[in-house]
Amino acid sequence: MIDNSTIMEGHIRRQRRYIIITGILLILVVVIACFMMIYGNTIYMPKEIIRILKSDEMKGAAFTIKTLRMPRMLAAVLTGVAFGVAGNTFQKLFGNPLASPDVIGVTSGASVAAVFGILVLRLNGDIISWMAVISGLAVSGIIYMLSRGENFSNGRIILTGIGMQAFLNSLISWMLLKAAEYDVSSALRWLSGSLNGVTMNQIPRLAIAVCFSVGLIIALNRHLQILQLGDSHATVLGVRKGAVRVGLMLCSLLLIAFATSVTGPIASVAFLSGPIASGIVGHGRNNTIASALTGAILVMSSDIVGQYALPSRYPVGVVTGILGAPYLIYLLIRINRRSE
Amino acid sequence: MDKKRIVLAYIVIFLLLFICVALSVTCGVRDVGIKSIIGAFVPNAAPKIEVNIVLARIPRTVFGILAGAALGISGQLMQSVTRNPIADPSILGVNTGASLAVVCGITFFNIQNGNQYIWLAFAGAIITAVLVYGLASMGREGATPIRLALAGAAASTALQSLVNTVMLPNTQVMDQFRFWQVGSISGATWEDIRLMLPYIIVGFAIAFLLMPSLNALALGDDVATGLGVNVTAVRMLAAVAGVLLCASVTALAGPISFIGLMVPHVIRAFTGPEIKRVMPLSALTGACILLISDVLGRLLGRPGELESGIITALIGGPVFILIIRKVKVHSL
Repeated sequence: MIDNSTIMEGHIRRQRRYIIITGILLILVVVIACFMMIYGNTIYMPKEIIRILKSDEMKGAAFTIKTLRMPRMLAAVLTGVAFGVAGNTFQKLFGNPLASPDVIGVTSGASVAAVFGILVLRLNGDIISWMAVISGLAVSGIIYMLSRGENFSNGRIILTGIGMQAFLNSLISWMLLKAAEYDVSSALRWLSGSLNGVTMNQIPRLAIAVCFSVGLIIALNRHLQILQLGDSHATVLGVRKGAVRVGLMLCSLLLIAFATSVTGPIASVAFLSGPIASGIVGHGRNNTIASALTGAILVMSSDIVGQYALPSRYPVGVVTGILGAPYLIYLLIRINRRSE
Repeated sequence: MDKKRIVLAYIVIFLLLFICVALSVTCGVRDVGIKSIIGAFVPNAAPKIEVNIVLARIPRTVFGILAGAALGISGQLMQSVTRNPIADPSILGVNTGASLAVVCGITFFNIQNGNQYIWLAFAGAIITAVLVYGLASMGREGATPIRLALAGAAASTALQSLVNTVMLPNTQVMDQFRFWQVGSISGATWEDIRLMLPYIIVGFAIAFLLMPSLNALALGDDVATGLGVNVTAVRMLAAVAGVLLCASVTALAGPISFIGLMVPHVIRAFTGPEIKRVMPLSALTGACILLISDVLGRLLGRPGELESGIITALIGGPVFILIIRKVKVHSL
């Protein structure tokens, strides 16, 4: 018999660390969410908030809490989770830390439909979300079709996506300019994401989509981890590569499309959450839950910073977009150090 | 036979350029007839107002020709230096870096002098180019097209957010300088052209002097060294010229994407890889494409105008995808 007590001990230690860290992240999410409800132009005490939420009032403080802060907070949490999980899954599937849905055009695909629906067709409500979802899926389908052919590879998908992204973004700019609604805020909402103007009736469908897709992704997680070992290992270990890949992709796309239809493509969250999460829970770990929580924390804290901590108010997408810059520099430094 | 083809290419491109120039001065919010162009040179040939419209559009057209040519050559230089088929000032994020530097200069240091814009843009562009190339060449495989593109795209997103952050509090500045987000040549004046000209001439001169060495470089570093080319020096010089060209355009017109990417590929399809043929034709084609985009922007954007940068991306995105489909790179 091989004595594997040291291995088991290490395993248990890592397991414990994982649970503790996930717990801390969860607590952070709750704390920041509460802060978003409490803090603002007027500060409401938790007791008051609970009382207001229980009652049916719609005036004064109740208006602030119920129609301004509550949907904003919920949207921040849900889109954070959506972008975090989707980005993490994309990065794992493509095996590249820079491959995230907002770099390769999927978020722009969803935004294009939303902008078209709102500005050109003058629609609102549910139908916009569905248009965004369908268009996000269609754009990913087109990217996939275009990158097929004799020398198909993941890399080709990414490059095609970058081209698509540029094309779609210019379409968005065109529609915004044509509709004469190119005021700064609406443009930024659809080009880099914002939580302004989220309403309560958008929340339920977003919540359903997030629960469903994140649940599925977590269920498929084992297979994703095996896929990362390489295609041949995956085959040997009995993973149905094609099916798993398509399933994971579809779930991530649903997440992105629903989240984008509510807030626009919140920049960089998808691309930062995964690496941050695996940085803190340790590599090789199942970090889907951790990246979901990280995404939520990123969006909420960036929104707080954008709203209150800076000399003028910024939409959340601008703040998260800036976070991308230091991360890139960090990657650069880490790589240089490794090559020495 | 081969020579005939090149001559034909020149004839076609000059014709195209002529048509573009004619469209650029006649089309717009108010269309004027060909007669007014003659009126600009011969007194009393056309109504005064139309002549004035033509005269007002001339600097914009000239600027478009120069800027388009500069971007075309800049793209060709970057593709040669990196030996990467999808290198381009916009893919590498260099344009966004340049525009961030200028926006910061305007907002924080109250810089208003055009020459300083250009130097700022140059500094921003060089820093970004080094950063992105560094990011892309991580790992053993070095800067493959895919890594380069991803690093550039990610850097652009981050830099664009910084531009937004700096611009957003000053809504007035933002409205006036909207072209810092999407490039446009609509506001060009003779003053701009005068400012940009020296830098562009230097850039062109370096590019044309380096053509033989760049040809050698295309054969690989070893062969080039064997042929007596100082590989490092040529790379550096060509990179500086490429960045200088796109930075001086960006400093005055904002980030205009994809021209540098598309043009050399289109030309190479006709002429083969010989740089002495590709380079001048790239300049001319770049000018055509920028002018066409500008005219399209005026037609599609009625009653206003669309920035030409939007149109170049609308055309450039699909062309980029076509290029990727064709390029056979195993390292993808």
